[in-house]
Amino acid sequence: MICQRCGQNPATVHLTDVLNKARRVQHICDGCARAHQLLPTPDDPAQPINLPALVQLIFGAVPPGEPVPGAFPAAVDDLGAGLVCPECGLKYSEFRAEGRIGCPRDYDVFRAPLLPLLERIHRHTRYAGKVPKSAGRPAAAVEPLPALQARLRRAVVAEDYETAATLRDTIRAQESPG
Amino acid sequence: MNLDSLLPHLGEWLKGTGPDADVVISTRVRLARNLAGYPFITKATPAQKSAIEAKARDALRDAAVEPRLTYIDVAELPAIDRQFLVERQLISRELATVLDGPRGVAFDDRESVSVMVNEEDHLRLQVLRSGLSLEEAWEVINRVDDALEARLPYAFHEQFGYLTACPTNVGTGMRASVMLHLPALGITKQIEKVFKALQKINLVVRGLYGEGSRASGDLYQISNQVTLGRAEPRVLMEIREVIGMILQYERQARQVLLKERKQPEQDRVARAVGTLVSATMITSEETMELLSAVRLGIHLHLIDDIPPITVNELFIRTQSAHLQKITGKSLGAEERNAARAKYLREKFREFDPR
Repeated sequence: MICQRCGQNPATVHLTDVLNKARRVQHICDGCARAHQLLPTPDDPAQPINLPALVQLIFGAVPPGEPVPGAFPAAVDDLGAGLVCPECGLKYSEFRAEGRIGCPRDYDVFRAPLLPLLERIHRHTRYAGKVPKSAGRPAAAVEPLPALQARLRRAVVAEDYETAATLRDTIRAQESPG
Repeated sequence: MNLDSLLPHLGEWLKGTGPDADVVISTRVRLARNLAGYPFITKATPAQKSAIEAKARDALRDAAVEPRLTYIDVAELPAIDRQFLVERQLISRELATVLDGPRGVAFDDRESVSVMVNEEDHLRLQVLRSGLSLEEAWEVINRVDDALEARLPYAFHEQFGYLTACPTNVGTGMRASVMLHLPALGITKQIEKVFKALQKINLVVRGLYGEGSRASGDLYQISNQVTLGRAEPRVLMEIREVIGMILQYERQARQVLLKERKQPEQDRVARAVGTLVSATMITSEETMELLSAVRLGIHLHLIDDIPPITVNELFIRTQSAHLQKITGKSLGAEERNAARAKYLREKFREFDPR
């Protein structure tokens, strides 16, 4: 398979997004991925991931006023377009440019566009780990594993990959509490 | 607080002992935390930053944190002192030079625990240990975190865990890194192979100063990338397993060196000591290279008069702010190279193996 960016080298990096229940796969060669800083490079110690580049890749277009030749077409801005956080005032366009977040509330306000980003960075969208005592236990009742697995199978058959990804994470978290 | 009082001794994490100290220099675990009810730093007003700093400072003073921490107002420190704390790994380069406004750091006498305030996140907790010590570092930082959490309500989300300013840290907020000295894998040209394997399993490798494949002084840091979806002990276990493999490769490569090219290695190490004991000007890059050869020489028993702690110590003390503190004046680049050479000469004459 040939790189979709430069059209020359073999594609070695395969990026999968699930957006609006549609699956999109992009194939890029190592050189282009590095050039667009999608792979970790050793000379960026503080930030193993180039977040702005990753945000651009997932959300398609480029930040305003910065046209990049060969960029992917705008795709999923409708997930977040127009969102503004009532608390810190972060606009979707700001989140979109940097991938940075302004306040705790943003994780709910920008939930829809954040999910594909988190999925890409962490391969998960649901937390597992330490819980502060003040937060108590997560409130949600634990669904039995077989029921979850059945729902996962149905979601996959229905090609509802977003639900499937969430279910998969829940199952993983239950299987390995440690 | 006068930072000059820190000069005579060094953080415990540099003592060169601890598990697997022949290859592992140090272990670091950090946690990113933010206070509930405040915006993250980029959206915080100066008044909010001051309020966050005041709350953090009070909590750091009053919380039952073991070991006891001393708070330093970083905004008020002169540039050289901020650089000094960077070289000691107590604060980040960002906190020292990029960020402004109210910010600080609290750390203990042994320089094993530090808490930065108003860095990228409101709080950045860090534990440093000598050698490979992931689980122990986690236990310490987990306790410090509990003690602070009892006084500071954290921003925590049922689905996403601990909320952070950057989505690359959300979840556990934990980054665990192990600093390795891998000279033999470098010499035998196997290091690239190791890196490729690591990237596939979502671990990040970087040189100490992030240069290409052969890092400065053959020092490499390996850390986890994922913070969401995997609980802390599991992440630590995964890193531990990988480090175990790298240790094995590096040790094998060292044995091959001893078996197949002992004489050239002995020569290389002796020449490194020769340069360190006689140069009159030396850059920090060359110092790193030479100290790396000496450190390997010590662990291969090619030289035995120099204790490993000396090398670890010199890695830190030959950096720019340390040299300027030692000589007691500010130095230009050339003057630093001369001061560095002088300092190394004196140190190595104490141990001159010849």
